[in-house]
Amino acid sequence: MKELDQVVIRFAGDSGDGMQLAGNRFTVVTSLIPNDLATLPDFPAEIRAPAGTVAGVSSFQIHFSDHDILTPGDKPDVLVAMNPAALKVHLSSLAPGGVILANVDAFDERSLSKAGYSSNPLEGDELSSYRVYKIPMTKLTLEACKDAGVKPRDAERSKNFFALGLVSWMYTRPVEPTIDWIQKRFASNELVREANLRSFKAGYNFGETAELFESQYEVAPATFRSGTYTSVTGNTALAWGLIAASRLAKMPLFLGSYPITPASDILHELAKLKEFGVKTFQAEDEIAGAGSALGAAFGGSLAVTTTSGPGIDLKAETIGLAAHLELPMVIVDIQRVGPSTGIPTKTEQSDLSAVVYGRHGESPVPVVAAMSPSHAFEAAIEACRIAVKYRTPVYLLSDGYIANSSEPWTLPDVSRIEPIDPNFLEEPNHVDDEGKPSYWPYIRDPETFARQWALPGTPGMEHRVGGLEHQDGSGSVSYDPLNHEKMVQLRQAKVEAIAKAIPPVGLNDPDGPGGADVLLVSWGSTYSAVMAGVKRVRARGMKAAMAHLMYLNPFPANLGEVLGHYRKILVPEINSGQLCTMLRAAYLVDAQSISKVQGLPFKTAEIEAAIMDVIDND
Amino acid sequence: MTDVATTNGKATSRKDWASDQEVRWCPGCGDFTILAAMQTMLADIGARRESTVFVSGIGCSSRFPYYMNTYGIHSIHGRAPALASGLAIARPDLDIWVITGDGDALSIGGNHFIHAMRRNINMNIVLFNNQIYGLTKGQYSPTSEVGSVTKSTPYGSIDTPFNPVSLALGAEATYVARTHDMDRNHMMEVLKRAHEHKGTSFVEIYQNCNVYNDGVFSDITGKDRRADYLIPLVHGQAIRYGQNGEYGVARGDDGHLHLVRVEEVGEDALLIHDESLENPSQAFELSRLARGPHEPTPIGIFRSVERPEYGYEVARQVAEVEGKKGIGDIAALLQSSGTWTVN
Ligand SMILES: Cc1ncc(C[n+]2csc(CCOP(=O)(O)OP(=O)(O)O)c2C)c(N)n1
Ligand code: SF4
Ligand SMILES: [Mg+2]
Repeated sequence: MKELDQVVIRFAGDSGDGMQLAGNRFTVVTSLIPNDLATLPDFPAEIRAPAGTVAGVSSFQIHFSDHDILTPGDKPDVLVAMNPAALKVHLSSLAPGGVILANVDAFDERSLSKAGYSSNPLEGDELSSYRVYKIPMTKLTLEACKDAGVKPRDAERSKNFFALGLVSWMYTRPVEPTIDWIQKRFASNELVREANLRSFKAGYNFGETAELFESQYEVAPATFRSGTYTSVTGNTALAWGLIAASRLAKMPLFLGSYPITPASDILHELAKLKEFGVKTFQAEDEIAGAGSALGAAFGGSLAVTTTSGPGIDLKAETIGLAAHLELPMVIVDIQRVGPSTGIPTKTEQSDLSAVVYGRHGESPVPVVAAMSPSHAFEAAIEACRIAVKYRTPVYLLSDGYIANSSEPWTLPDVSRIEPIDPNFLEEPNHVDDEGKPSYWPYIRDPETFARQWALPGTPGMEHRVGGLEHQDGSGSVSYDPLNHEKMVQLRQAKVEAIAKAIPPVGLNDPDGPGGADVLLVSWGSTYSAVMAGVKRVRARGMKAAMAHLMYLNPFPANLGEVLGHYRKILVPEINSGQLCTMLRAAYLVDAQSISKVQGLPFKTAEIEAAIMDVIDND
Repeated sequence: MTDVATTNGKATSRKDWASDQEVRWCPGCGDFTILAAMQTMLADIGARRESTVFVSGIGCSSRFPYYMNTYGIHSIHGRAPALASGLAIARPDLDIWVITGDGDALSIGGNHFIHAMRRNINMNIVLFNNQIYGLTKGQYSPTSEVGSVTKSTPYGSIDTPFNPVSLALGAEATYVARTHDMDRNHMMEVLKRAHEHKGTSFVEIYQNCNVYNDGVFSDITGKDRRADYLIPLVHGQAIRYGQNGEYGVARGDDGHLHLVRVEEVGEDALLIHDESLENPSQAFELSRLARGPHEPTPIGIFRSVERPEYGYEVARQVAEVEGKKGIGDIAALLQSSGTWTVN
């Protein structure tokens, strides 16, 4: 038995090979050790990309350790390659000396040529710098299922469980949880259950008996702070955050949405959770997704619409109306590669400018971003809180990487989270010319500028709101030039007032403000790679500081001051420098963009190199 | 029981349903009569102002909610059914009216319009059809007839128009009616029935835009020619029209509906109108009798059938799951995919 402090494994195969499932099960047992972990699923956009081709490769990477980690790892130590295409796609990212577990049965002539190999890489010396294990996974799976009554074609489908069994043995993962899971998951399908169980055990036993491997490995439990943990993906955490917010506000949750990758899982999750009083509405398009949410908001629901890039374009007009009516709603954007359809399953942070600026007229909308899978829970609550408190649409940004990755999460105690007070108005707030009490929808709180909000169904509070410019206070249609100017300023001031209520941005600089040579500013999912990169640079004796932005509009009140301490500011983003441009515009600082737009998150090494570059060139 | 309309316990009259906003349509616009009919009808039936919501898109017609002393949203061009859908699902207790125009409902908002009806969500969609874009000052619309000369079709429109009633029937609407702005009583009756109907009701109102499209419906709506051009649809009665009832609708040997002279076919051959037919085919055939408002045109309720209402079904599913699983517990939800504990 050998001890390791951390391992990165990538399961890769054809999209029909069940690699996501194998990866997810491995994640669950790893979380039970408990190791710290981070994952990165990566799948093709096509549901049925041609089998065996490079385009059809699906992979799942997991990084686990005995210490605190932030990212899913730059380079895998172990590559499970279920077919030649998987090897072809992923070989270049394997760490030198890394392990390849290849399903040798899949390396036949036809599959090799589909993957674009003219000769079998497992036979030449192309792979000589790696430790290659050629394992007949298909054959062994078929053998294991021989007497189970499963047709060979069906039995073959269980080979992902063989691979899972083998890797579970290599890294001494407990087997019972997987066996239990297979039994429960396939309870109603005896043949599949049996095939999966047998294949999983066969894989595990193969490791034990084949004498192919020098040793098993162990990654000791990480020290977690005490508490109860679970492993969540960003989309699940976000959906749960919305439910928690609905409870905290005592407002029923309404989701209007139109399916789109990678946001659909939030719709799926909330559609299941009707016991929380959630109403989900799969609308005819994104415009109706947003429109129905705004209608539900008018009725007093905690209204949400979820989407990704293309859907954001369609919703813009409705969000402008929501900002104008001053009604709360949350627009969730799980960003993906754009423009246009782009690469739907890959991640990007390229909608920031669109959500901050992308509406006609002066239409300020607050923006909050989740920084990790588990943080999506908190970010969702925060977005709802701002929306309800300030009567405004709020953008909640996540991305494809956060959405599908998972990490361990200390379960929060929801009963200790501060409630959200919708503060509905039930009594008239005005007296009309004839001395009769009436309701004016645009009378505001002097501090937050939030308007007083009454719901339909309340007698005596009947009122009209609309997209035409209106008089502050009464809400009556008004084309008065000075009133319009006042309203534009008020709507802007309201969003700016949020800066007074949100926490100041934290500065991570061991030497105090201005101590480091360079400040890294991260937002959203770049947090993990930037933090890891900063740590590495510090380990080399260099001085780097970091600030992470959860609030993108308005910025925290102290941001200008924090930036002002540094001569060099780097802003890594999975876009072409959108936040960087905003910071330069807002604070007149010489921030520099570190841009990556490959549909993938930053690697720690890339951040490290970028920081070293500016320090060296000083 | 006396038939006194109440809101907040007080009797209401038409005046109580009028907001304090000055009505700003062009003098003589058909929208005024529709507004009066709506306000009078709601007062008459004793509807409650506090639970009534008017949602509109954009257009002259869509200014309507500002003039109603109820809750209201003047939303975005074409999107009123989308907002109303969310509101109706979230709040099944409300009475929701969608006010829209021929451009608003059938051009930019076509998608929301058909899907609301297919789902049968609780809203009454009232389409003011003036066969023109009024607010934007006179471009042709999806209901303008071929050849219409408008600002954007100086040589005549070449688009085949929609027939809103046919479209609604094709979109699975459960209540479909047509009325016009020159007969307040008929309008009130059709609106009242729309209000009583569960699910989506669709009412097309032939509305005169006296500025940009004056008189397009006058064959049907004008008192002088009405008898010869307006075919009244009355449930359970033979479909018959003309000064002396000399014309009617009958099914011919070819299987199709035809306009006939009663003396030629005999009274017994006339089609008896049945708005409750489950199969919408006959209603559809009726909607196709006239190719435009210059031919005898059926006015009245084409179809009125029952189907589960969407918002009710959504609430039923929620209640069923709550009943089966118990009211959701957040702490349990967060633990639902397995946990481990570190001491
Ligand atoms: C997105 C958008 N596009 C265009 C317009 C301009 N516009 C306002 S109303 C209208 C047409 C209205 O016609 P109709 O629905 O028939 O209503 P009417 O004025 O005739 O009652 C148009 C094109 C708009 N307000 N919004
Ligand atoms: S333009 Fe036509 S529809 Fe609009 S208010 Fe004037 S008359 Fe009425
Ligand atoms: Mg019109």
